Amino acid sequence: MPPIKRTKFKLSSEQLLEMFYWLKLIRAFDLRLSTLVKQGKVRSGVYTGIGQEAIIVGTCFGLRREDFICPLHRDLGAFLMKGVDARTMMSQMFAKATGLSKGRDSALHSGVNELGIFGNTSMLGANLPVAAGIGFTFKMEKSDNVVIAYFGEGASNVGDFHEALNFAGVQQLPIVFICENNQYAYSVPLEKTMAIDDVAIRAEGYGFEGVAINGNDVLAVYQAMQGALARARGGDGPTLIECKTYRWHGHSEHDKAFYRTDEELAMWKSRDPIPTFTTYLRARHVLDDAKLKEIEDQAAHTIDDAVEFASNAPDPAAADAVTDLYA
Amino acid sequence: MSKELSYLEAIREALAEEMRRDPKVFVLGEDVGAYGGAFGVTQGLHEEFGDLRVVDTPISESAIIGISVGASQRGYRPVAEMQFADFISCGFDQIVNQAATLRFRYGGRATVPIVVRAPSGGNVGGGLYHSQNAEAWFIHRPGLKVVAPSTPYDAKGLLKAAIRDDNPVVYFEHKYLYRRAKGPVPEGDDEIVPIGAAATRREGNDATLVAYGAMMLPSLEAADRLAKEGVEVEVIDLRTLLPFDKQAIFQSLDKTSRLLIVQEDVKTLGIASEISAVIMEEKFDALDAPVMRVTYPDTHPPFSHILEAANLPNADTIAAALRRLVEY
Repeated sequence: MPPIKRTKFKLSSEQLLEMFYWLKLIRAFDLRLSTLVKQGKVRSGVYTGIGQEAIIVGTCFGLRREDFICPLHRDLGAFLMKGVDARTMMSQMFAKATGLSKGRDSALHSGVNELGIFGNTSMLGANLPVAAGIGFTFKMEKSDNVVIAYFGEGASNVGDFHEALNFAGVQQLPIVFICENNQYAYSVPLEKTMAIDDVAIRAEGYGFEGVAINGNDVLAVYQAMQGALARARGGDGPTLIECKTYRWHGHSEHDKAFYRTDEELAMWKSRDPIPTFTTYLRARHVLDDAKLKEIEDQAAHTIDDAVEFASNAPDPAAADAVTDLYA
Repeated sequence: MSKELSYLEAIREALAEEMRRDPKVFVLGEDVGAYGGAFGVTQGLHEEFGDLRVVDTPISESAIIGISVGASQRGYRPVAEMQFADFISCGFDQIVNQAATLRFRYGGRATVPIVVRAPSGGNVGGGLYHSQNAEAWFIHRPGLKVVAPSTPYDAKGLLKAAIRDDNPVVYFEHKYLYRRAKGPVPEGDDEIVPIGAAATRREGNDATLVAYGAMMLPSLEAADRLAKEGVEVEVIDLRTLLPFDKQAIFQSLDKTSRLLIVQEDVKTLGIASEISAVIMEEKFDALDAPVMRVTYPDTHPPFSHILEAANLPNADTIAAALRRLVEY
């Protein structure tokens, strides 16, 4: 099997700024959610991906509508990039009737088939066999669409991970497996859950390539993704990309994350994907102060509007607790 | 005169006809390809439909169901085979948390048209892990449908209905019936047996017996014996366990006032428990005797023929229960 190419890629200034906007918007969305939880305006578990945004932006940027993503509980940004509007996502978190699940679940357990989004359950890794099933239909149709299947390093210890990667390898399915290795499975550091350094090497056992990259560098993620997409679209099968990263907040917003040190957190915050990319864009004269302010204002406006919309949206009707069980 | 098929052939015919009718239907599971399945149910299908519609999978029950769910979200209608119903526990999460909840958590914007075929039941010397009846695990889960045919006619008609249904259906096919049950099958592409409808197999005014699957055989034999004693038992074949046909049981009880439920599944919290509770809530005034049950004891299916025979309900134990019921 050919190794994934270190593809040269060319992104226009507009595309680079669009990527930057997504990073900013996703960060702003999660930060606002965190505040809303503290204010008691959003109940239940909110699982932010603050610090991990470069993975979502680097992997979702430029996908086709027909490509299918199977995101994680931290990947709200993937829903936005694949075409769900911010009002709907905020409604989902507010458990309003205007959310994707009509108030049945506040988390990201609801998909949109028309946009190529699968909604996972809380059973981590359970989305991976589903991704294999979607990939199998692309193979049956001889289409060059691709499935992007996300999982954490913790979920790579679940049976479903191994069953899905094995099937994908045997069938040479058009899937890119994205490991968001944020170092902790809830509270347990990865050295206590696996005897290897890189999740990426697990791919080899299933007959395809795995690569470990800096998940906080949006362009590195994008570059690796373009290579994996080219392989998948060309009929050469799956790839695993392990993106090393770190989640700034706890597992969910109630988790104070006492299991890690301030020094460790500070070290990873110094690798914040957004300032890194900002510096790059400024150096290339793609971004200046005026443009930065414009993008930040646009992101803030989108979030404000979504919160306003969701706050005033109708609650679900009590009768809907027992509907939509059967077609 | 319509043709006669075995129960196993009826299942195969339903699969083949549905696959010819609808290119979105495909089957997957362990050994279902060129080998034709552990019991031979899928024999000939691989030859006709090829690798991509008759898919040999690794030993990965959870993935088999998960792959089915994924394909269903792109408009396919996969039929997943669990080699034995006992193995369905390895795919349990994908059925109860993934498939059963999907429509609900998607706000009604998606359907999950998958079928999980599960060869179930004992009396074949299979021992602990090749004899179980797993239906009660799934009738407890909203969002699923559960069927359990007892005749070749229903095996074919219910499988067709399950494949065309937009909800996840767990289809329990009883191994004891595979080659023992023979009979006519529905003909023509559009002949289905509707999910949710019971069938009255024998009419009578003195007592109602509700059963399903392989338990229909000793139940009907017991009813024949009671008839010789002057007691006419109405025998109802449930066919669908979730949702079960409440009205068919209620109507029969209006005539007979007495109810016996027979299940091969273990006693505690089986379908018989649920039917009994529903009768207590909604039909108590119709009863002249307590609802009675004949079931497997609360134990595991043993390998020894002597031990297994001691556990399985049979015509003797069912007839004895019927006598207690009508004499109450």
